[in-house]
Amino acid sequence: MPKDGGIGASTKRREDVRFLSGTGQYTDDINLHGQAHAYFLRSDVAHGTINGIDTEAAEAMPGVLKVFTAKDFEGVGGVPCGWQVTDRFGEVMQEPKHPVLAEGRVRHVGDPIAVVVAETLAQARDAAEAIVPDISDLPAVVDLKAALEDGAQKVHEELKSNLCYDWGFVEDNRDAVDEAIRNAHHVTTLELRNNRLIANPMEPRVAVGDYNRANDEHTLYTTSQNPHVIRLLMGAFVLGIPEHKLRVVAPDVGGGFGAKIYHYAEEAFCTFAAKALGRPVKWTSSRSEAFMSDAHGRDHVTKIELALDKDNNFTALRTETYANMGAYLSTFAPSIPTWLHGTLMAGNYKTPLIYVNVKAVFTNTVPVDAYRGAGRPEATYQLERVVDQAARELGVSPIELRRQNFITEFPYATPVAVEYDTGDYHATMDKLLEMTDHAGFEARAAESKKNGKLRGFGLAHYIEACGIAPSNLVGQLGARAGLYESATVRVNATGSISVMTGSHSHGQGHETTFAQVISEMIGIDANQVDIIHGDTGRGPMGMGTYGSRSIAVGGSAMVRAAEKVINKAKKIAAHLMEASEGDIELKDGKFSVAGTDKEVAWGDVTLAAYVPHNYPLEDIEPGLEETAFYDPANFTYPSGAYGCEVEVDPETGKVEIVGFAAADDFGNVINPMIVEGQVHGGLAQGIGQALMENCAYDADGQLISASYMDYAMPRSSDLPMFKVDHSCVTPCTHNPLGVKGCGEAGAIGSPPAVVNAVLDALNRGGHKVAHIDMPTSPARVWAAMNKTPMAAE
Amino acid sequence: MNRIELKVNGKTVSGEVEGRTLLVDFLRQTLRLTGTHVGCDTSQCGACTIHMNGMPVKSCSVLAAEADGAEVTTIEGMANADGSLNTMQQAFQDFHGLQCGFCTPGMVMAATALLRENPKPSEGEIRHYLEGNICRCTGYHNIVKAIQAASGQDVTPVAAE
Amino acid sequence: MYDFEFERPRSIADAVKALKTEEAIAFSGGQTLMPTMKQRLAMPSKVVSLTAIEEMRGVRQDGSGIWIGGATTHATVARETKDSYPALSSLAARIGDPAVRARGTIGGSVANNDPSACYPAGVLASRGVIVTDRREIPADDFFEGMFMTALEEGEIVTAVKVEVPETAHYAKFIQPASRFPLTAVFVAKYGDGVRVAVTGASESGVFRWTEAEDALSGDWSADAVDGLSAPDGSDMISDLHGTGDYRAHLVKVMTKRAVAAC
Repeated sequence: MPKDGGIGASTKRREDVRFLSGTGQYTDDINLHGQAHAYFLRSDVAHGTINGIDTEAAEAMPGVLKVFTAKDFEGVGGVPCGWQVTDRFGEVMQEPKHPVLAEGRVRHVGDPIAVVVAETLAQARDAAEAIVPDISDLPAVVDLKAALEDGAQKVHEELKSNLCYDWGFVEDNRDAVDEAIRNAHHVTTLELRNNRLIANPMEPRVAVGDYNRANDEHTLYTTSQNPHVIRLLMGAFVLGIPEHKLRVVAPDVGGGFGAKIYHYAEEAFCTFAAKALGRPVKWTSSRSEAFMSDAHGRDHVTKIELALDKDNNFTALRTETYANMGAYLSTFAPSIPTWLHGTLMAGNYKTPLIYVNVKAVFTNTVPVDAYRGAGRPEATYQLERVVDQAARELGVSPIELRRQNFITEFPYATPVAVEYDTGDYHATMDKLLEMTDHAGFEARAAESKKNGKLRGFGLAHYIEACGIAPSNLVGQLGARAGLYESATVRVNATGSISVMTGSHSHGQGHETTFAQVISEMIGIDANQVDIIHGDTGRGPMGMGTYGSRSIAVGGSAMVRAAEKVINKAKKIAAHLMEASEGDIELKDGKFSVAGTDKEVAWGDVTLAAYVPHNYPLEDIEPGLEETAFYDPANFTYPSGAYGCEVEVDPETGKVEIVGFAAADDFGNVINPMIVEGQVHGGLAQGIGQALMENCAYDADGQLISASYMDYAMPRSSDLPMFKVDHSCVTPCTHNPLGVKGCGEAGAIGSPPAVVNAVLDALNRGGHKVAHIDMPTSPARVWAAMNKTPMAAE
Repeated sequence: MNRIELKVNGKTVSGEVEGRTLLVDFLRQTLRLTGTHVGCDTSQCGACTIHMNGMPVKSCSVLAAEADGAEVTTIEGMANADGSLNTMQQAFQDFHGLQCGFCTPGMVMAATALLRENPKPSEGEIRHYLEGNICRCTGYHNIVKAIQAASGQDVTPVAAE
Repeated sequence: MYDFEFERPRSIADAVKALKTEEAIAFSGGQTLMPTMKQRLAMPSKVVSLTAIEEMRGVRQDGSGIWIGGATTHATVARETKDSYPALSSLAARIGDPAVRARGTIGGSVANNDPSACYPAGVLASRGVIVTDRREIPADDFFEGMFMTALEEGEIVTAVKVEVPETAHYAKFIQPASRFPLTAVFVAKYGDGVRVAVTGASESGVFRWTEAEDALSGDWSADAVDGLSAPDGSDMISDLHGTGDYRAHLVKVMTKRAVAAC
């Protein structure tokens, strides 16, 4: 049994008390003295030329302090992109300017045209209606392939075309892959779309800018997953504010899922306007506004071909993907379809030859960036769909086809440039089949048939790359940032500890789990440890939380800092007990001398560090506080097997999930309760993508799923109880905790499992359907069964 | 402007509101009871759920002026008299029924209303009742368990399934 | 929202008077109106709340039928008609969610006549009569098309009367995002005939599927519906969630299921 409050214990979350009693502090709960309110007037057309903006009437409206337009931002940089991709021909990507407020053109519905700052939000909104923008419509670029045709309307006139980049990976493999596919015994081909999604954290984005004339300091309160990154991007690239004059605070944040990684124009605006007006300026997004201003996710169109030999061994894989970038490049957008997607195309299989081609395309839609999983769900979906389809075409078991091609020896260098350190894919597959009672499936299917339903089972195996990642490597790949993490472990005189971490918790429970690790290492009660995050004014430069990296990278940084603290404390303890440092042991919060009964309590050592009367001052400094920056040696590679059982109502096409099981290998686990919760949430989002969620634009670039009335969020009645397991453990070999990360797995492995199950149900029911694009909504399933047109989109 | 007087968490409060002032804005901005959250503008998400005259309502879809004379309970009024978490709140913590915490106040208010109507709801009844409360973090699994546990039903403990 | 004057009269007479102001609108729970006003799609000068009018609240037996006050919430209808008219109770109990049912009212729903609302189907199939401050309008004449009714300027739905059938059922297939009906069918069997009312599907709002009514009046069985062709899909709503043909197909499926469940 793990120690209560230590590593491996399902410790209850300490942060829950404030969330459950209504005393959490989210950004919108912050109201500064003298605060004014900003309202963004946004474009209602997808593409147009701004001939002029008449703000005179609005300026005269009650309560209005100022109306801002692009001309107020002439001396200010654009919102930067943090990743530069180099294309197949060695050229860097096309990178247009992303102004804070639209300059000369609007490029998507929701592009901000002007901002009113007024005494109240209602006044600001009233005044925004008095602004008269003169905009001439331009044709909207919406379809990815049409956008690349010769003579297509350009989203950015100054660029050569709508092609951001044409990326090949691994380019040197291209000819060999083509050759292998030409000569294959069998090739399975699928064309599929990874549907566009909206992250929809329940807390909409908020920014509050403040400026202190006395010391020339700016403060931005914002709903961010990585306040330090916002400080760097906004300070250095947009507003020209040095870090020591800019503090960014991300307090309690109500979910992120990727959408709160990026630096957004509204943050820069509020920071800028606070100084310009001498008043704090607050902006709170409405949900309707979030739909057209939060970065969207996914939106890939892919053709995938899998070649097999006569013994059903995978011999080559080739993909061609069109990835939607939207109208501007969001912070990490270029990296998602490339380095977070192409590198994962080997999946769990020893396919020797792989070539991935990605064309990233500008369109008149909201920018697209990482959403839970980011690139890896797209890779897993294609691969696990094509493997399933290959099994159907070849008449073999999809389980056996996977098993036969599994990677079994580690470390394993894939043909797409990454090296998996550990894993045991047969183990998770075995576990899954046990959890799903696979043996009993036929009997359940017969029962469903009696009730007029079609039952199907679908499975998917996934691999993901988490714990992003070695800075020198990502630098070579085009990242304009390092991807280490930092932590300061500050031991107070009485022995309590404050940990300042660069990771940010917005639902993950770091305040609890990080304290469990420290408690385990030092042997003091977890309640003696506070985890402080989300404030650039309190902790060292950090990179934040995304890519399932917090425990693997941020936790490792904390372990390294704690090790430094313990090493120093041992020196002090050795001095206090007049023993040799090498003989000092730390256990249960006590230092002892090996082989003796001498001991000194943690608190006595920490007190000595700060009241250094009896202290080796000639050897070490007083105080007990250490900082570490941890830069991982490799990604981590969680993997798992997911199984879904569905019932399809053949009369309506409605799919019901009747069972879902997930067998994951996350390496070591700090808090099983929280890990399971993370998987549940990921599954809900992945099932949501597979069954319900769809961000749709019409041909004019109007967003037609623009609220919860049309964007289907999974509700409680749409989901089953989940079976989850993380007992298959192959610890990560290169971080001190042996952890891999668990935040995104659920959203990565589940979509193909659901779609495979739906197709299994239909095919068992006699409907020869090779593929249905997500979401497999009732209308689409019914249409596929009846071969009639899909819903109008 | 309309003068309103109502009881919030047992205390009589009053204020001047515009016709268009929403009850949730009166709670959050005038009374500074920021535990009630706003997650959408189409009355779908339920983050703003409170109790008004004993019934669950979405405070973003009630005019403050309509609440004149009403008895309102928000998440801030749910704890036990000594400030400790009440049975429902405690069950949410015990069964990890929350992650980011943003939908949580609305969930707790909805769940409390459910048990008032139906003291021992089945899993299906719980899921149906939560139709108007969207959670993006938990997948609802542990919320369902927390509510079952709060209603005194046997539930498998966390991380032991 | 735009600002407006707010009034909350205590009687129907006062409400009628209050609604004489130019651009005044009646507000009876506001579960549909509030989101519309938030999007600034409505710009009333005055909002007249009907929720404090005692004479417009409650459910009572009315001869062979049921009288439901216009300001009666869905929650109250669900509770109060459980024994007297279970199918209507079940319809009310499945509108929106508990918080919507605690505020939304039957009068507000029928007056708004949203093409995807539940009540219009229930009221039309139940040989309903819409009672206003000045007259009584049979449901057949009341629902005139998507968001259109026979109501005059300033006219208030004070009550809805329904006849209780021998048996009835409401079969609803939800739109996955809004949870409103994508297509829903209320089937009611009376001694002298059957009514089939459909919501969610048609471009012209709630309608009676008369072919099914005729077939079921002759042969009260789900099989009787089987022989019919689905209504014309080209009259049906076509959107992100389904084509007109899909909705037309669902009309048939839901009608069969409603009959089978009776």
